[in-house]
Amino acid sequence: MRHFIGIDIGSTCTKTVVLDEEKNLVKTWLLPTGWSSIDTAEAVKKELDAANFNIEKCPVVATGYGRIAVPYADKTITEITCHAKGAMYLQNSDNLLVIDIGGQDTKIICVENGLVKDFVMNDKCSAGTGRFLEVMANSMAMRPNDLCALAEFGGGVHISSMCTVFAESEVVSLVGRGEKKENIAFAVVDSIVKKVASQVSRIETEKMCTCLTGGLCDCDYMKKALGNELHCEISSQPNARFAGAIGAALMAMNIKGKGEER
Amino acid sequence: MSNYVEMWKNLNMDLETHDALCQVLPTAFGDVYLSQENRPEGMGFWDFVVSEIHGIRPSELIEAQKNGQKVFGTFCVYVPDEVVIAANGIVTGLCGGSQFWVPGGEKVLPKGTCPLIKASVGARLDRTCPFFRIADMYVGETTCDGKKKAWEILGQDVPMHIMDLPQMKRDKDILKWADEIKEFAAVVEKVTGNEITVEALNEAIHTINEKRRALARVYEARKAAKLPISGKDALLMMQIAFFDDPKRCAQMCNNLADELEKRIADGVSVFKEGTKRILVSGTPMAIPNWKLHHIIETSGGAVVCEEMCTGTRYFEHEVAEDLPTLEAQYMALAQRYMKNNCACFTPNSGRIDDILRLCKEYNVDGVIDVNLKFCSTYDIEGYTVEKALKEAGIPVLGIETDYTDADAEQLRTRVEAFIEMLG
Ligand code: SF4
Ligand code: SF4
Repeated sequence: MRHFIGIDIGSTCTKTVVLDEEKNLVKTWLLPTGWSSIDTAEAVKKELDAANFNIEKCPVVATGYGRIAVPYADKTITEITCHAKGAMYLQNSDNLLVIDIGGQDTKIICVENGLVKDFVMNDKCSAGTGRFLEVMANSMAMRPNDLCALAEFGGGVHISSMCTVFAESEVVSLVGRGEKKENIAFAVVDSIVKKVASQVSRIETEKMCTCLTGGLCDCDYMKKALGNELHCEISSQPNARFAGAIGAALMAMNIKGKGEER
Repeated sequence: MSNYVEMWKNLNMDLETHDALCQVLPTAFGDVYLSQENRPEGMGFWDFVVSEIHGIRPSELIEAQKNGQKVFGTFCVYVPDEVVIAANGIVTGLCGGSQFWVPGGEKVLPKGTCPLIKASVGARLDRTCPFFRIADMYVGETTCDGKKKAWEILGQDVPMHIMDLPQMKRDKDILKWADEIKEFAAVVEKVTGNEITVEALNEAIHTINEKRRALARVYEARKAAKLPISGKDALLMMQIAFFDDPKRCAQMCNNLADELEKRIADGVSVFKEGTKRILVSGTPMAIPNWKLHHIIETSGGAVVCEEMCTGTRYFEHEVAEDLPTLEAQYMALAQRYMKNNCACFTPNSGRIDDILRLCKEYNVDGVIDVNLKFCSTYDIEGYTVEKALKEAGIPVLGIETDYTDADAEQLRTRVEAFIEMLG
């Protein structure tokens, strides 16, 4: 059986997957990216070795912002293309609007008939990204996913600033004023949702199935809030955080001259 | 560039800071330019000019000044060089394209001003660019708000003439521009002490038309299926055209075009087959702003055309020659210059037509519409540009950036993804 490896080095997490030639998801790993993408790539290699996947023999595609730091990759492909492929695989659909809320950037990808038709990415600023959530969660001494879950029970408070630095001081002063935690959490998620929705509005699409990939895909309230703002159902699959890596592994199937038995 | 120290001193430049600039430029140029393979031999001229950028042309200008010629510094492709040349004056472009000058500009301008303006003002006030020191007079124009107000600041430091550019293109606006050109001619006559005659203006018009034709020939070669020149090299030629003597510029561009035409006949290409053909549209890229071209051409794309002032807007359309009177010549100049399509005008549908036409002529796979941060006219127009392209079925990527390298990796991801999207 041949195997195909996809590695997605994101700013906070590194996702690795192995697909077999029938496109079955054989194995997944999640590692923190840490300071150096090069060290992370080394760590991934060790994991693969330990599980008996030989990078000399299996085609490897790297994606994500650290993609160039994987010396043993046969090819690098951007996370836009990979997330699109991965989402199509997970959703089993060729027409999708993919929302990927990543650690450092958020991408909206419009896929039509199996091809990327258009995409937008946030600019330098981290509003509407996982980073924004993380900073706010830190200033409330919470974990990002817990903040998301708590947000469902709050309301009535809003953060006006889009800039992460200013927004953080808004949160700090809300905490100082004794505002209820769930209300602040609500405000944080609301700010992300609004920012993401404004990015979505820059893409012209027919009404199509919208799905969430990336680190926040497990957060039900995020999906619900996004769905309310965008007036649609947001679907997500259990392995959606691996979408980029899955897409990379699917692209590895196109690499010729490699990929014998492992 | 060390043997020019005396000259720089005489220009009252800040030598210490200037040294820092002289140190980084060769590395940047080497990384971006000299790393390319199979470049046309004709590029040797421009490589040489860059290696002596603050020496060779400035010393020519100073020589000319010693012989009584005057140097006019300009910032916009609407300002007619012909008028200056007819009075035996010299024109040099003055737009700043490096982050190096931006902090100097930010000392007096709001941070939210476009980097081109900040760099231009910084280069003057910090005394780190010989061209900005040499010019006897600056010629501004009423295009965008940032420039209009920047003239007031520069005007405290250097003589300025400002041309009142209309913001629409009705017949009466063209008439008004002809009138502004006439007034400018009077100023030029006064500064140079030379009268502008019909003959002299006709000759100047001819000289600049020749330069336009030569630049156009190089661009023509970029329409070929097998590209004989990279976009980066063509951009460099374009950027230096703003500084060079127009006759020499025409000659060098014609030499280059000869070589490119031969390359096309021989099927020589600087890109591998399947490289995506990209048209770049938007705000100007003043030297040494090579950032986006470099990213595109190291991400699987080739820039085949620039719909920019450092591009087609500089050389498209010629001025009618052999007209009998100055009045007729000023009108012909106004008519030609008002064919330029800058986002400072409203409406500016001509620019959309240009972009769509260029996409066909250069057989492009996709368009990257770029605007300098804080340039609101091009930024707002980006919406219309993108919409028109999408309607025409041409993929487009809108980008906003400045002169820093901070966003280089993010830009690279976007550009790479765009090129992957082109299939
Ligand atoms: S972009 Fe407009 S204002 Fe700027 S140089 Fe070009 S024509 Fe002039
Ligand atoms: S790029 Fe825009 S803001 Fe900057 S000088 Fe040109 S027109 Fe003005």
